[in-house]
Amino acid sequence: MSATDIDAGAALPKAPRDLVPLLLPAALALIALPFIPSSSTWLTLTIAGLAMGMMIFVMASGLTLIFGLMDVLNFGHGAFIAIGAYMATLVLLPLTGWMQADSVWLNLAAVLPAIVLAVGVTGLLGLAFERVVIMPVYGQHLKQILITMGGMIVAEQLLYALFGPQQIPLPLPASLRGSFAIGEAAIEKYRVVCVLVGLAVFLAMLAVLNRTKIGLLIRAGVENTEMVEALGYRITRLFVGVFMAGSALAGLGGVMWGLYREQVNAAMGGELLVLVFIVVIIGGLGSVSGCFIGALLVALATNYVGFLVPKLALITDIALMVAVLLWRPRGLYPVTSR
Amino acid sequence: MMPLSGDRPRSVILSIALTLIVVGLALAPFLFPGAKPLNVAAKICIFIALAASYDLLLGYTGVVSFAHTMFYGVGSYGVAIALYSLGARWDAIGLGLLIALPSAALLALAIGLFSLRVQTIFFAMITLAVASAFAVLASQLSWLTGGEDGRNFRVPEWLQPGTIFIPRDVLGVAVTGRTVTYYLLFVCCAALFLLLLRVVNSPFGRVLQAIRENPFRAEALGYRTVIHRTLANVLAAAVAAAVGALNALWLRYTGPDTSLSFAIMLDILLIVVIGGMGTLYGAIIGATLYVLAQNYLQALMGTVSTAAAEAGVPLLPQLFHPDRWLLWLGILFILSVYFFPSGIVGKLRRSTS
Repeated sequence: MSATDIDAGAALPKAPRDLVPLLLPAALALIALPFIPSSSTWLTLTIAGLAMGMMIFVMASGLTLIFGLMDVLNFGHGAFIAIGAYMATLVLLPLTGWMQADSVWLNLAAVLPAIVLAVGVTGLLGLAFERVVIMPVYGQHLKQILITMGGMIVAEQLLYALFGPQQIPLPLPASLRGSFAIGEAAIEKYRVVCVLVGLAVFLAMLAVLNRTKIGLLIRAGVENTEMVEALGYRITRLFVGVFMAGSALAGLGGVMWGLYREQVNAAMGGELLVLVFIVVIIGGLGSVSGCFIGALLVALATNYVGFLVPKLALITDIALMVAVLLWRPRGLYPVTSR
Repeated sequence: MMPLSGDRPRSVILSIALTLIVVGLALAPFLFPGAKPLNVAAKICIFIALAASYDLLLGYTGVVSFAHTMFYGVGSYGVAIALYSLGARWDAIGLGLLIALPSAALLALAIGLFSLRVQTIFFAMITLAVASAFAVLASQLSWLTGGEDGRNFRVPEWLQPGTIFIPRDVLGVAVTGRTVTYYLLFVCCAALFLLLLRVVNSPFGRVLQAIRENPFRAEALGYRTVIHRTLANVLAAAVAAAVGALNALWLRYTGPDTSLSFAIMLDILLIVVIGGMGTLYGAIIGATLYVLAQNYLQALMGTVSTAAAEAGVPLLPQLFHPDRWLLWLGILFILSVYFFPSGIVGKLRRSTS
């Protein structure tokens, strides 16, 4: 027999693991440590950065997943973020009494329906958007960019028309307000919640992608759409499902961000879209893990630089993006097929 | 000499429309006297050159940039800051241009080399990020740019509205510094337009179109796609900066709203798409229609909105409020990308041939 004979019992060769990017957020935090006067400030900044990073990750993960699978970059993703936040105000403002009550259960009874509504509405809008707006332009990048950008503007203007141009306050529920102390560092409760929610979303996404059949199909679709189709799976259903999930994640991120800022306005979609883009580019278009690391990097860097040299905070994102792209021109974890 | 570089309108209706527009703009100070009509005419000239330079990217090279207003702003701020700090002198304008045009070109070169290697989508995302960072930076560096308030400045005496060259003798209209500024603007914009027309009809322009149609094939034929795309980006940026400088001279003011705002980016996109991507004449038609609509239809929207409010119709007053101008533009934009990707000029040319 020839040397190419394959031993049927042997395991498939494992993809080489690339762990260097994983170390970057930790390295960044450690580099910042000596520059910051007290370790308690450093801890506060780090937690704040982690919380912000998790929120950005929740918003950005949908975008990168949609791009990875469908090769569609949705410039309208920011609109879903803003719509999610506005939907939350629809529930939370009438329930202000429950929000202010000093009971965790009443708070939850207000926040949970708000999240369900936000996620539901953005998910359904995602369905409509994919079917009506994006389907005719699959495979045409130029038109996709123009049309989804147009969709973003129309959605933003509709929010202005329906909800008015003013900012809508969105106070945190009573049980999530305030902070607790670790040593001398003050840790805001809501930031811890954000970190937990973000981690949960990340782990859930990893579990779905790596442990379920749907996840297998999605990963296969990212690698080679036509092959998945040729094997008899309806790729369009997968597309719709992923688009809905991605939009719903944007809605969830919008609610989290709205509560974090304690206000909502229609321009937030456009502002966050830019941040989300930077994160997705840093991570490598289409990569969920890359997006996670990118979000943490951007948020940590913004927090540290904002504390040390506030003037430079404006261009931290861009500088970080340039640095990463100089190192890895296609992002931290480039997706092979794109 | 071939002023049109051999690229004729190729449609009777289009030729007539273009002639009307050009003659109208050339004689605007005398045909439409008054401050507002002259402002509209100047804005049309500016948007024609600006949209034409953007079309070099979007229509001819097939890349989407969201940073065109950034370059426009670099030109505007260059001249504004120079005139503001050195006073109303011609050499200040020269210095401003001497700094602004190369910086715009260098910025475009950096962005291009950095992001045009990979994918058009990448370029679109990065230009969006860089442009928004630049806009924030410009409004924060208030010692230099005047922040949100921008900079008011004086222009050299020849260009000032108070300078009267011929009092009320030319067709009953006085020739003032304003008229001179308008003609400066008109001539420069026309020259820039003809330059762009020359570029897209040159061998270089043909290669750009080949890259737009099929980058792999163009690369296989031996053309360096990255270099061509980057050069197109640099050229478009330099023209945009020059137009920005002209606009600053006309307004005698530069601020974030007049030079860097995302709304201007949308205006340009819409003009190019409605006029027709990949036809520079589309910029003329699109800019004229768009600026006229913006100046006269927006007022109509206000009337509709008030009427709907008085009639007690729900929601319509908000939807037709003049501030919601962008809503209707956005819808129009999406519909035109779907149904008229070749725009007005494309339609006219097809119906002729």
